[in-house]
Amino acid sequence: MALSTKDLLGIKGMAADEIKLILDTAATFKDVSERDIKKVPTLRGKTVINLFYEASTRTRTSFELAGKRLSADVINISTSTSSVTKGETLLDTAQNIEAMKSDIIIVRHACSGAPEFLAHRLKSSVINAGDGFHEHPTQALLDMFTIREKLGRLDGVTVAIVGDILHSRVARSNIYGLATMGATVRVCGPPTMVPPGIEKMGAKVYSDMDEAVQGADVVMMLRLQLERQAAGLFPGVREYARLFGLNRARLDRVGKNAIVMHPGPMNRGVEIASDVADNSSVILDQVTNGVAVRMAVMFLLSGGAKPEA
Amino acid sequence: MTNSKEKALILDKAAIDRAMTRVAHEILEKNKGAKDIGLIGIQRGGVHLAKRLAEKIKAIEGVEVPVGSLDITMYRDDLNTRKSQPVPQATDITFDIKEKAIVLVDDVIFTGRTIRAALNSIMDYGRPKRIQLAVLVDRGHRELPIRADFVGKNLPTSAREKVEVSLAEDGVEEKVVIFEE
Repeated sequence: MALSTKDLLGIKGMAADEIKLILDTAATFKDVSERDIKKVPTLRGKTVINLFYEASTRTRTSFELAGKRLSADVINISTSTSSVTKGETLLDTAQNIEAMKSDIIIVRHACSGAPEFLAHRLKSSVINAGDGFHEHPTQALLDMFTIREKLGRLDGVTVAIVGDILHSRVARSNIYGLATMGATVRVCGPPTMVPPGIEKMGAKVYSDMDEAVQGADVVMMLRLQLERQAAGLFPGVREYARLFGLNRARLDRVGKNAIVMHPGPMNRGVEIASDVADNSSVILDQVTNGVAVRMAVMFLLSGGAKPEA
Repeated sequence: MTNSKEKALILDKAAIDRAMTRVAHEILEKNKGAKDIGLIGIQRGGVHLAKRLAEKIKAIEGVEVPVGSLDITMYRDDLNTRKSQPVPQATDITFDIKEKAIVLVDDVIFTGRTIRAALNSIMDYGRPKRIQLAVLVDRGHRELPIRADFVGKNLPTSAREKVEVSLAEDGVEEKVVIFEE
């Protein structure tokens, strides 16, 4: 069993057995991070480039640790200190990096489709670490890994995704992946932040949060992108918190022991109350699992001769 | 395995058991008893055999020796050339290997590359006192300077042949057979 592609650009179009392969592989890579010597020689001699055109701590560090724990050489490029500030194009930057013999390039970019654009033009494997409002596949994989770890399955699980669905690549990747794996997905947010046509991706839309989370096995809160308040998509942070924030009282009304997730970074007291985040969530497990999932992805993309996609 | 055909039955269930009994005795003889021994089986066949050796050692010596399992996928040297990656199995070594006399157990030794990977992997868990190797079948054709300390059956083969060990733990008829491609 192998992944059918050179790159990991999105969850859309991935088969259930491919997702399962990644999650199963990640389970054994998780053990590596629990050992005294947190390193295996699997990708010795490979070069991994983190090419981030947007701010990130969690994802960039997670990819960096994943690469290093596989013994790859990992280089981080943050564009604020690179030639990008001198006007170099995305493709030129990437081709220059590849000329130094990279094997995997991890790309985060504000433009949807930037990783795919590079994937078609580079020999290196490209991993999408978040592109615009499009996808963030490794986040969805680590979320699915965490759900499966906590609940033992994905098939038949009900997941409520709450918040700014419109601007969330995390939500998109999760909706595709969860639907493929047989989970039921509900989405909920201010009407201005729920994109039209999201039902076609396999999600059911709710406008009332209490209804959306009622009986859910998983409540996945999204970050309110406060920088978007200027666009007038929601009236105010306090009202947003009241209508679409997860606090203790609302969590108690879910009706069962739902697991609470958040991709980070959190706005405490806005979309998630501190008490819930600190005492009733699996947010830090998500972070731990992220390293294992990214190790699995790099391992699977590095293997052998690829069948034609 | 479509165009390969079974050429000969090398060991049946009883013969496998006799070989394992002898290997257990040899391990005890060479290590002067069961003290400090730790068995580590290589996934998957080696894990079954390691558990069997532990049972035999217990029957002979009355000592329970710890058993671990090891998956060497992450330590392979052929990542670039294999068509697909096997899903790594669990590595589960719950005992401290420091100062232990580790007996590595595998079903077949062939090129020696698996054992090379296993040795590197074990070193990442600590520094054992020594490492010995027990195998059910040694089929020759080594590509590295590695040899087994305890061998159930020496089986000269040609490079075109394949040796398959089937064990009852996997729900199949227990036997060692040789195939020709």
